Amino acid sequence: MSTRSSTLTGRIMAAPSIIILFLWMIVPLGMTIYFSFLRYNLLMPGMEEWTGLDNYYFFLTDPAFFASLANTLLLVGSVLIITVVGGILLGLMLDQAIFGRGILRLLIIAPFFIMPTVNALVWKNLLMHPVSGMFAWIATSFGLQPIDWFSEAPLTAIIIMVAWQWLPFAVLILLTALQSLDRDQREAAQMDGAGPISIFFYITLPHLGRAITVVILIETIFLLTVFAEIFVTTGGGPGLATTNIAFLVYTQALLQYDIGGASAGGIVAVILANIVAIFLVRLIGKNLDR
Amino acid sequence: MGAIRLEKVRKTFGNLDVIPGVDLDINDGEFVVFVGPSGCGKSTLLRLIAGLEDVSGGKILIDGTDVVDASPAKRGLSMVFQSYALYPHMTVYNNIAFGLKMAGESKAVIEEKVRNAADILNLTDYLDRRPGALSGGQRQRVAIGRAIVRNPAAFLFDEPLSNLDASLRVNMRLEITALHQSLKTTMVYVTHDQVEAMTMANKIVVLQAGRVEQVGAPMELYNRPANKFVAGFIGSPKMNFIEGAYAGQRNSHTLGIRPEHIAVSTESGEIAATVKIAEHLGAETYLHVVADDIGPMTVRATGEMPLGEHDRIWLTPDATRLHRFDAHGQAITAP
Repeated sequence: MSTRSSTLTGRIMAAPSIIILFLWMIVPLGMTIYFSFLRYNLLMPGMEEWTGLDNYYFFLTDPAFFASLANTLLLVGSVLIITVVGGILLGLMLDQAIFGRGILRLLIIAPFFIMPTVNALVWKNLLMHPVSGMFAWIATSFGLQPIDWFSEAPLTAIIIMVAWQWLPFAVLILLTALQSLDRDQREAAQMDGAGPISIFFYITLPHLGRAITVVILIETIFLLTVFAEIFVTTGGGPGLATTNIAFLVYTQALLQYDIGGASAGGIVAVILANIVAIFLVRLIGKNLDR
Repeated sequence: MGAIRLEKVRKTFGNLDVIPGVDLDINDGEFVVFVGPSGCGKSTLLRLIAGLEDVSGGKILIDGTDVVDASPAKRGLSMVFQSYALYPHMTVYNNIAFGLKMAGESKAVIEEKVRNAADILNLTDYLDRRPGALSGGQRQRVAIGRAIVRNPAAFLFDEPLSNLDASLRVNMRLEITALHQSLKTTMVYVTHDQVEAMTMANKIVVLQAGRVEQVGAPMELYNRPANKFVAGFIGSPKMNFIEGAYAGQRNSHTLGIRPEHIAVSTESGEIAATVKIAEHLGAETYLHVVADDIGPMTVRATGEMPLGEHDRIWLTPDATRLHRFDAHGQAITAP
């Protein structure tokens, strides 16, 4: 399969999908970049004009930008820690021959199939509601003051919901990695006198390195753009307490009708995501080379 | 010291009796080989000794102490696994040092012992590599090195050579035998390959379906197999078993004749036969023949034999080396 004609045929056959994927990426990106240099407000149609870097200037000097940047990093970091640590613990549990393992696995994986808006509604109205929620009922039955999650600890509430949504993904990836661990290695370590804790830190955890890297990379990509949970529950508030970059861009575009500003925000978000990605790949991507 | 004694050791998995009850004595410094067909329980028996499986009954005594309830590490044994079970993310040095590190040895002691083991096994140049960058034979040596440094009462080998290619296997066989001669530590070795058993062991334990069929020195098993199973398992090519009139004439139900104990002649002899396939190996020739009135037989003739398909030959078994078995497959010892 490496004659000149077969290589050429391969390139021709692959070309349409590559071209479509390229257009798929470049057209929206190009248009966003173009809009970001226009003064383009939906309330004043037909008045678009070139403004240079003004949109970027206003977006980056907006105090809301720094607040939402901090919120984004806090949200991504917290959810990553919760899902990776929780995923390893749950994975270890599900790897044991415990009673009802099949049903347990299904239950733990289930949240992943629930769409984010429904997830947020369930948490908002059934669990975290200060009057009719289950947490409030538990608190009051112990005689405690129920927590009004979305006004007292709004970002924590969002983090809990998103972590709940993403935990199954981490469990799935880490569980499959755990199951691929050679039983002989664990037994050899046992013969070498390693207890369960030593086996975990010296054998299991290094074995999971690559899977953890995959979980962190994929989750980061999706967690940078969390939107539905915020939109449904807090609407970015109170104040800016739960506004992340994605939500800030939304408020720019659809609440202030400022397409130019929103486009500039979108490009800033793309650049930030790339910085995070490069940082992550350099930091932990070397795990993938092995 | 490393004397191991098994008393009525049993193992059941659910309703399945894998090992119905084994009694066995392994003396200090012996090289004992467990041999048997796959699924005979030999690996399970080894894992019971190692402590990787719990016994369902009976006692395992190491130097007189019952270790049935002791954890694998406390038994003072080292094991070499079939898959080597090296830690892939650690260097060769750390692989070998791991057991010592777990035992809380000081850095200097670890360094000295690891260097020493690497010296014995020719691994000094590879200490900084990871197992992934080693060849099969080198990985095998790392696994042995990991076993050596713990200075165990006995080594346990679980089919360590089955992942190597044929020529490397012969080399490693010699290396392990040499290692045993220099360390003089008890070794328990599991294999399904009777050649490994014959060449390496002081004492062979032949197992079938979890039962010990016979225990003895290699030549004892070869010359005086206790039953048909051992007779057929030890020796290559396999012993010929003849039933019917020919066996009846010699007061036995089944008569066993080893292929190498049959004289071949192109002119005259006791049994007439037709050659089906002749395998010429140079130093010897294996003849797969069909003997008149008896059926298929295998004959091993030394040297070259210009024979081929359809040739008529005459066979004369060595009368002093016949093995007679009764209807239950047990050897008949009395004349």
